Amino acid sequence: MDIIAQLFAGLSLGSVLLLAALGLSLTFGQMGVINMAHGEFMMAGAYTAFVVQGVVGDAGVSLLLALPLGFVVGGLLGLLLEATLIHRMYRRPLDTLLVTWGVALVLQQVARDVFGAPNVDVRAPAWLSGAVEIGGLALPRTRLFILALAAVCVVALALALRATPLGRRIRAVVQNRDLAEASGISSRTTDRVTFFIGSGLAGIAGVALTLLGSIGPTLGTNYIVDAFLVVVAGGIGQVKGTVIAATALGLMQAFFEYSTTASVAKVLVFVAVVAFLQLRPQGLVSVRTRSLA
Amino acid sequence: MLELSGVTTGYGRTTVVHGVDLTVPDGALTAVLGHNGAGKTTLLRAVLGLLPLRAGAVLLNGADVTALAPHKRVRRGIAYVPQGQQSFGQLSARENLQVVADAYGRAGRRRTDEALDLFPALRDLLGRQAGLLSGGQRQQLAIARALVTGPRLLVLDEPVEGIQPNVVSEIYDAISALTSSGDLSVLLVEQHLGYAVEHAAEFAVLTSGRIAHRGQGGGPSAAADARKALAL
Repeated sequence: MDIIAQLFAGLSLGSVLLLAALGLSLTFGQMGVINMAHGEFMMAGAYTAFVVQGVVGDAGVSLLLALPLGFVVGGLLGLLLEATLIHRMYRRPLDTLLVTWGVALVLQQVARDVFGAPNVDVRAPAWLSGAVEIGGLALPRTRLFILALAAVCVVALALALRATPLGRRIRAVVQNRDLAEASGISSRTTDRVTFFIGSGLAGIAGVALTLLGSIGPTLGTNYIVDAFLVVVAGGIGQVKGTVIAATALGLMQAFFEYSTTASVAKVLVFVAVVAFLQLRPQGLVSVRTRSLA
Repeated sequence: MLELSGVTTGYGRTTVVHGVDLTVPDGALTAVLGHNGAGKTTLLRAVLGLLPLRAGAVLLNGADVTALAPHKRVRRGIAYVPQGQQSFGQLSARENLQVVADAYGRAGRRRTDEALDLFPALRDLLGRQAGLLSGGQRQQLAIARALVTGPRLLVLDEPVEGIQPNVVSEIYDAISALTSSGDLSVLLVEQHLGYAVEHAAEFAVLTSGRIAHRGQGGGPSAAADARKALAL
């Protein structure tokens, strides 16, 4: 029974990591932009849930409203960042890292000024309170909801990338920008839409995090390193790899925590990922081609 | 009609193409010949807008397109097949065509069919990842992808370079079929004289980024004429 409980804890943690990393798999994985403000877009999504609940009152309705609104708020912040700063810095990763880190600090301060420094709570709806009993095991409804939300986001993103004209354009621009332009595809427009979606997914992740505890201006900093770790370990630009890596890292963390402490478990996970990347620098999933492009 | 007027461009501090004047008339094949490093690809990238001009202008059907982004030039009727059998390697062959056809609706689907009629062997490979196709197959796919844009001018950068001989003839046959209708102009860049000089209405020889010689293609003396210019 303990094993199954740890398995669920690992999957649950993996789903949170996945939500945090999914948007990053687009902006970093597909576009190569090291956006250190990605965590702050999650924070913005979380505060969107807080504001919506303040306006609507009903916790259930506000959660359902906050998910699409969090997507839009995160997306618009990403769009603004891409249009004002990042588009001038493609192929300059170090500059992008420093600038977006600065933006992250600015956004944290804005959140402090607007909402105050102390953490705030967002009430979970009644239908997510308590746990579901399965075989004597209590599975918290909030965790199950986040698992389902992560699954929906993954399927929606995978379908969007695989089976829609927009998805084809995104993959084409990512693979060969000049060839895409020379094929009549506007790489600027595609970049902006991609960044909007990736940042919007961070907003959704932020809304989901309000179900797990109180939220504050530094919420995103707790997840940004793990999110990059997931994308790199999964294989740059591969959604499938991101899913597998998030699940694996969540399970590893949960099982290490079972026999050690949370901080030792974290160290062990980092060591395992570093060792793995020594053996397989391209990450879990990579694509074979015969051509250069 | 494409007109290049005093086109000057390059990379960093190096100017590679110096004041090139060139006209590609409607419905004709025009060839630009030159050795490696002569500036042929650089010139074509400037025509497409992938490289900014330092001086000069690019005119398409009388309109100045110098300031237009590459994808907007494509919408005006220029299609480009770059050097090196380039494809979107992680997309399937079908998706390589679809990603272009998406923007043109029903016309895009019709032109996809027409392009596949030109290279029927591609029909059996549509589900395959483009990056796993052979060089010849990828080049056929690249030309088909360019044709889906419905071009009035097709720009080809060394289309048979590194291609197995049996596919070379298929590609040349396809170019001949496209130009024979008279609806499509072709700007063909080549290192090798054979097909280009034989089929071009006019050709120009590029040396160190400058037009060193111009001639009429097709005639008995054209090849010797071009060979002499290339040897200079």
